[in-house]
Amino acid sequence: MAEYQTLSYDVLVIGAGGAGLRAAVEAAASGVKVGVVCKSLLGKAHTVMAEGGIAAALANVDDRDNWRVHFADTMRGGQYVNNWRMAELHAREAPQRVRELEAWGALFDRTGDGRILQRNFGGHRYPRLAHVGDRTGLEMIRTLQDHGIHSGMQVHMECTVLELLLDGGRVAGAFGYDREKGHFLLWKAKAVVLATGGIGRAFKITSNSWEYTGDGHALAYRAGADLLDMEFVQFHPTGMVWPPSVCGILVTEGVRGEGGVLRNSLGKRFMFDDIPDAYKNQTADTEEEGWRYTQGDKNARRPPELLTRDHVARCINREVKAGRGSPHGGVFLDIAWIKERLPNAAAHIQRKLPSMYHQFKQLADVDITKEAMEVGPTTHYMMGGVRVDGDTQMSSVAGLYAAGEVAAGLHGANRLGGNSLSDLLVFGQRAGWHAAEFAKANSQGSIDERIPDQAAKDSLAVFERGEGGENPYLIQQNLQEKMQSLVGIVRLEAEMRQALGEIEGLKARASRAGVAGHRQYNNGWHTAMDLHNMMIVSEAITRAAILRQESRGAQFREDYPKPDPEWGRHNIVVRKGPDGMIVERKPVAPLPEELKQVIEEMK
Amino acid sequence: MARPALFRIWRGNPEGGAFQDFKTEVDAGMVVLDAVHRIQAAQAPDLAVRWNCKAGKCGSCSAEINGMPRLMCMTRMGQLNLDMPVVIEPMHAFPLIRDLVTDVSWNFQVKKKIKKFKPRTPDAPDGTWRMRQADVDRVQEFRKCIECFLCQDVCHVLREHRKYDEFIGPRYFVYTAALEMHPLDTESRIAGLKNDHGVGYCNITTCCRQVCPESITITENAIIPLKERVVDEYFDPFRKLLRIIR
Repeated sequence: MAEYQTLSYDVLVIGAGGAGLRAAVEAAASGVKVGVVCKSLLGKAHTVMAEGGIAAALANVDDRDNWRVHFADTMRGGQYVNNWRMAELHAREAPQRVRELEAWGALFDRTGDGRILQRNFGGHRYPRLAHVGDRTGLEMIRTLQDHGIHSGMQVHMECTVLELLLDGGRVAGAFGYDREKGHFLLWKAKAVVLATGGIGRAFKITSNSWEYTGDGHALAYRAGADLLDMEFVQFHPTGMVWPPSVCGILVTEGVRGEGGVLRNSLGKRFMFDDIPDAYKNQTADTEEEGWRYTQGDKNARRPPELLTRDHVARCINREVKAGRGSPHGGVFLDIAWIKERLPNAAAHIQRKLPSMYHQFKQLADVDITKEAMEVGPTTHYMMGGVRVDGDTQMSSVAGLYAAGEVAAGLHGANRLGGNSLSDLLVFGQRAGWHAAEFAKANSQGSIDERIPDQAAKDSLAVFERGEGGENPYLIQQNLQEKMQSLVGIVRLEAEMRQALGEIEGLKARASRAGVAGHRQYNNGWHTAMDLHNMMIVSEAITRAAILRQESRGAQFREDYPKPDPEWGRHNIVVRKGPDGMIVERKPVAPLPEELKQVIEEMK
Repeated sequence: MARPALFRIWRGNPEGGAFQDFKTEVDAGMVVLDAVHRIQAAQAPDLAVRWNCKAGKCGSCSAEINGMPRLMCMTRMGQLNLDMPVVIEPMHAFPLIRDLVTDVSWNFQVKKKIKKFKPRTPDAPDGTWRMRQADVDRVQEFRKCIECFLCQDVCHVLREHRKYDEFIGPRYFVYTAALEMHPLDTESRIAGLKNDHGVGYCNITTCCRQVCPESITITENAIIPLKERVVDEYFDPFRKLLRIIR
């Protein structure tokens, strides 16, 4: 029998980034007892790294904007395999969620008449991103944190969940451990909200923090829930490429929104060479027009640097492969050039992009007000995740909800910048509300004690194997290298088949992982536990990517380089079967007539 | 560019510990946290270190490097003299959990004691407010804080004098200042500052400002204005007189 402490909640929220905190605030406000479990300290979640802004059709800067335009932009960006209901609710409710943050103390940058300022971003027709310089995520998480600590929620910091607990077909709680002491904990709950974020640590070059090991994806999968769209992994076009130790750290799209341009080693703005048909009408013909757009000219169209992320990432990849890259294998992102157009450009850049200025100065010895940055694609965001109901965010397991990056549907095949923070707010709120309603309507499920006992035993086996076992850090590094090289930006069936073999081998090694020492704050142990989740998500990504024999959004297949209209009518569902992973096609839910019309009007 | 370097890292728990030496290769552009990870992966898998974003944005990897409170992820090896051992210790102002990890939970408890944001009624019928960028600017400086607690670590009122029950530390003066100077806030936290939060203990040595990785002008822009507000409220002779009359 394992020893553990038992705690009881109505709603248990796993994860304390934007979605988790927003869900917890909502659930607590509706009067139920809320527990929050987070892997890091409170306020450190990956949301702090979001830079550019929150997309919401407030229409403060351009009064032509409204939810319909935002909806159409999101569907176009996602190449129409999005969950239309989520895209609709998101576009309708984002403005309200942003204004609410202001009521809780957030301080966004202002327009001349004192309202919330909005900036341009890739794929958004009008300036739509409410922002605070280039540290919007920090502002958002701090606002939710500072508001939330007075709402009555109980926070369990630095805890990892090992298993979800079920009572028949519905959720009954979760079992895990605290990092500090290594003690086991059992959280009983009537409803559970997964808000664990993404999977970026499965790849070598990533903008994601250590927590992003696909925990929620894997927990839901093991609990029998459907995963959706797992093949769609977003590679952000601009990550740092040098020095090696900071490779992958994000360079915000805001740099391009403020007028930054991409050039190859010949000094050419190569983004003008390849503009997808769906965006031809909305893209500038000349450099001059592109510049006017970034400076707020409503009659100008956006420069091709602000095309969607999947496209820009592939163009950069192409330039590098063709031998037109920068010295360290990226391309040049130049914001310093705006001094030709603006007086006091250096001060302007420092004010608009303070973290970027700081980051390059401190980590790469580059002054972005004087010289170009070197950038290249970095694993950034997971469009795929737990399949949820568009209105309630409940998964296919009763009482189990998912919100934010761990949930799938809103973004389809490719997410637009800025739609992530608004996703967290809109669907965090919805998940929190519906989870609380579920908890009010249902009693606590019973717990089968054999499950936590087994989970505890399995996790402690790592210590029994001790130093003689496989080194968990090396297994993680090997997985990251294989996923990067075999299931990355450009995909081929043969390489992905090879990846599946590699994953099998790594799984076997992970089951033999060993660590010396004891349970107290032992990073080696934590890594060994995370490995199991990373294996599940890596396999799901690879299998789904093999099945989708076309190129769409973030998925680019060299062996099937064109989109296939038939695939455009299907999503891919992954779930656990008796003999392993089941991967199958599922038709995209048809759009209602009125939303079809909205999309037509905005074309 | 690669060269070997010697790292002297504190290993231990609340009962005791010692420095342990590790030799590892250092490459161009590496930061201290990279070296610690390299040591962890190859030589000491159970080495306890808290980190998260590795980009200077989350404030998790605070430690003392060659005696200076710093973020490990933002300290480049090139800034350090590698002819000497690089000494890495946990923060001193907080109880040790293990190795480089300390128990910073006191900070989270302190925050809860500070009165929350209370906005004035909205300016517009649609429930929104109007604020000028100039008024927002000075509070935005405070809201850059990543809660790394390096300012708390270096502050002698906490580090040497251990006034945890009477003094909230620089981080929470910055937090209080952000609320007090928020253009919409209507709450007053001045009595708390004077009576419970110990703003008077700060003797403006500016140590906190010097270690802040976000370059927040903690002493001059946050703490001194708060001290002035306390003085205005409680020690202005005219106001004192008014209070007696009332």
